[in-house]
Amino acid sequence: MELIIQGIIKAFELLISFDPEVMSITWLSLKISGTATFISLFFGVSIGTAVALTNFPGKRLVISIINTGMGLPPVVVGLFVTILIWRNGPLGFLEILYTPYAMIVAQAIIATPIVMGISLASIQNLPPNLRLQILSLGASRMQMVWVLIKESKLPLLAAVMAGFGGVISEVGASIMVGGNIKGYSRVLTTATVMETGKGNFDIAIALGIILLILAFLVNLLLTHVQQRQHLR
Amino acid sequence: MTPILTIQNLIVQRGGVIVLDVRELNVEESRILALIGPNGAGKSTLLLTLAGLLKPSRGILRYKGRTIETNADRADMRRSVSVVFQEPLLLNTSVEKNVALGFKFRHLNNVEIKRNVDEALNYFGITALAKRSAKTLSGGEAKRVSLARAFALKPQVILLDEAFNSLDPPTRETLMDDLRHILEETKITAVMALHDREETLRLAQDAAVMVDGKIVQSGTTAGIFNRPDSEFVASFVGTETILEGTVKSGSAEMMEIAVAGETIQATGAFPVGQSVYCCIRPENITVSTDMPEKTSARNVFEAKISKITRQAFFYKMFLDCGFPLVAYITVSSCEDLGLCEGSVVAVSFKATAIHVMRRE
Repeated sequence: MELIIQGIIKAFELLISFDPEVMSITWLSLKISGTATFISLFFGVSIGTAVALTNFPGKRLVISIINTGMGLPPVVVGLFVTILIWRNGPLGFLEILYTPYAMIVAQAIIATPIVMGISLASIQNLPPNLRLQILSLGASRMQMVWVLIKESKLPLLAAVMAGFGGVISEVGASIMVGGNIKGYSRVLTTATVMETGKGNFDIAIALGIILLILAFLVNLLLTHVQQRQHLR
Repeated sequence: MTPILTIQNLIVQRGGVIVLDVRELNVEESRILALIGPNGAGKSTLLLTLAGLLKPSRGILRYKGRTIETNADRADMRRSVSVVFQEPLLLNTSVEKNVALGFKFRHLNNVEIKRNVDEALNYFGITALAKRSAKTLSGGEAKRVSLARAFALKPQVILLDEAFNSLDPPTRETLMDDLRHILEETKITAVMALHDREETLRLAQDAAVMVDGKIVQSGTTAGIFNRPDSEFVASFVGTETILEGTVKSGSAEMMEIAVAGETIQATGAFPVGQSVYCCIRPENITVSTDMPEKTSARNVFEAKISKITRQAFFYKMFLDCGFPLVAYITVSSCEDLGLCEGSVVAVSFKATAIHVMRRE
């Protein structure tokens, strides 16, 4: 119990003093997970919308695969990304293993199916005749798709929250492809694992609290935007 | 009259099944055409095809004489044809932004958009709703906004899919009157899918009766209601009495038809011995307590009232005069005459009120 209390006190000391190392880890975590979420938003929304609006043989199978991907284990993603970008791997020439870029790739792969699945469901939940109505008002196909995406903005914000929440808190893939290099690829989750392993529970607790606060603040912001749209 | 939209031998398939098979349909310019038929008759599919929103499997669709073949043709045609669906399908934004949507797609500048939107809102009497969120509108208000959105674009043709469904009766009445007035004033060609006979009679000059994806009869509304081509159409357009008979004798314009042991006189020229259907609309039958002494009606029978059912503003009377007849009588007439089930009355109807059809 004393250990926990000491840990919490130390955590607040680190937070209040704006410890440079903790701040740099936090900033890197935000950059990596934010970029990965942004990339996943692009691919997830485009592919999710395309699947929702197109009829093709095997569509149900594709939707099942996307839904399965929403629960993709980060360690498995880490493993495959590592193999792909390993020195002798098919993408080894990129030389990004143990860099923040590799972490962005892995996190984007984890977040994309989450965003894709939620986008797909939200577009499918729109009234079936809405896209015909929009086309009948003279919209081109691209204009129609854009209006539908805008019309689904509330669930899409939920997709952003779920995607960001999924990647900011994952550790398996980040540690495998990022290597947890101090000052370069160390993020909140990998640092927490390392400090716990070293028995530095105070620092680990401090990092854990920052992680929670970060996730909370981002979700608070997105929820605020979402609810403001909802009340409009 | 010039057809603005023409269909020839058009087939639409869904999942390999033919859902629409129309040999010919002409939509005349500046007129209102009603597509009527039971649920699943293909009315909505036909509307979507006319709107260029569904690609037919084969056949010809012409808009202003130009054959619509490619996706580009259809997209081009959609700029002149507006559709109002059964549900208002408004976006989750303000009323004015919903009405402005079509203009945004056409890349009009903000000044032009505002002028057109204000004009449309004013036309439909919904200026006060401009800033309201579409989510907060009542069913009638939402329907007006969807109509304003479609009319704002000043289309050449407007297609309405059961536009008055799910509205309460007073709202429906007002909207129907306003729509008719606007269509008369703007001379916009309209095609409406309807399943209400009264709406059809009030709104449409032309009608096409559909069943199982086919048009079984088309023409003027009056023509279809008074001279149906088949037993199905007769029954669908509200001809309550359809009697089977055989032509007994006939001159150039008048026939005697044997119906269940009685003889009725009707206009028409079918050969003696021809099996026919005699269709009589309920509003064409006169009911009285005494046999009329002087009447121009050729057919006068004594009848017993077998059943009376109350409708909205009248009674529906099932009569037995050797053959069955259905007549309508106002509530006050029925009460003044003291009529009840079992009463014996006189019924009369003119020879011209009977529509005679060949029975195969």
